[in-house]
Amino acid sequence: MTRIALWVLGALLLGGIVHLSTVLAMPTAATLDAYSRLSQRTPVNAVVPLPAASGQDATMPFMDPAFAVAVCRYDLSAGTLKLHAPLSQAYTSVTFYTRNSVAYYAINDRAAGRRAIDLDLMTPEQRAQVPEEEDVTAADRLIIESPTQSGLIVLRALAPEPSLMAMARRALANAQCRIEPLPTQ
Amino acid sequence: MRLFVSSCLTLILAAAIGLGATWLTLTRGVAFGAMTVGAWTAWPKTGSVDIDPYARATIARTGALPIGVGDGVAFFARTDDAGNALDGRCTFLVSGATPAARYWTVTLYDARGQLVANTIDRHGFTSAEVVRDTGGNVIITVAPRARPGNWLPSGGVEQFVLVWRLYDTPIGVASLTTKEGPMPIIVRTGCS
Repeated sequence: MTRIALWVLGALLLGGIVHLSTVLAMPTAATLDAYSRLSQRTPVNAVVPLPAASGQDATMPFMDPAFAVAVCRYDLSAGTLKLHAPLSQAYTSVTFYTRNSVAYYAINDRAAGRRAIDLDLMTPEQRAQVPEEEDVTAADRLIIESPTQSGLIVLRALAPEPSLMAMARRALANAQCRIEPLPTQ
Repeated sequence: MRLFVSSCLTLILAAAIGLGATWLTLTRGVAFGAMTVGAWTAWPKTGSVDIDPYARATIARTGALPIGVGDGVAFFARTDDAGNALDGRCTFLVSGATPAARYWTVTLYDARGQLVANTIDRHGFTSAEVVRDTGGNVIITVAPRARPGNWLPSGGVEQFVLVWRLYDTPIGVASLTTKEGPMPIIVRTGCS
């Protein structure tokens, strides 16, 4: 009897290990995460508008249909990234996701406080190479550090009423993200 | 021989326990740091780098992109206030005061997070377009067939999910208390 109990206890412990390791491995093993879905239909380092969510064919689940959405799938291996996102009349936000869909930074139009959201995205290593004085003089230059080399920038513009969706889409159509090549040393 | 059989049984049992627990937690959407107000639950940490491993695994599996904490917070409801499942064949009233936010949207999804097709192409309301009563409160009727006022068609799906998203809101950023509501209440009024 005791022997069976010991075997079951061992199975429980082992099962716990299996459970924890599969949960931890899921983000790297998943093939249908947001980045993988978007890499099939978006070029790298360019802002691409996503089709309006409707019915069963949404790019990703739980998208807010009141928003016009555009995506910049970035890869910082060739240099730093400059993002320019004009604000729409209602509400505009820019959210940064790592390769594994972790939202590490988000900014909205009010926090940006200007007519557009302008910022530089770089890896911590690239940030370390930015000359010190340049960092200080450009006080209004917003620099974001990406924890991963590739990831997603999602730009969202609210259409407060369905008739304003065209306005929201137009605002995002002027958004840009482009790579600034690393200075050669 | 007996040792071999016992080891095999133990390994099979361990695999079943481990994988079963993983499947259960990921399909139920288990995550830590939940903030519950009535029927609504939000996981503000899921939209930040403090996201827990269960929420990370869930979003990797479903392909969803969680709303960032600097952007807003999303409250999910899968039952009404009395605990009845949100069944698309029934009529539900969503009513009450809405929390502080610059904008909010409420959206109806099926259990997998896809929009539900309907004839008037309506999947939700925004705070700017919804019709309010004289007290400034919102009443939304979720029903399979047309209703006067703010009608949100549920298309008769077996189970639907309501997501209330608050944009540019202090809720969820500063603290995790449930006093910050109020969130609208969900009441089932009948089933056809």
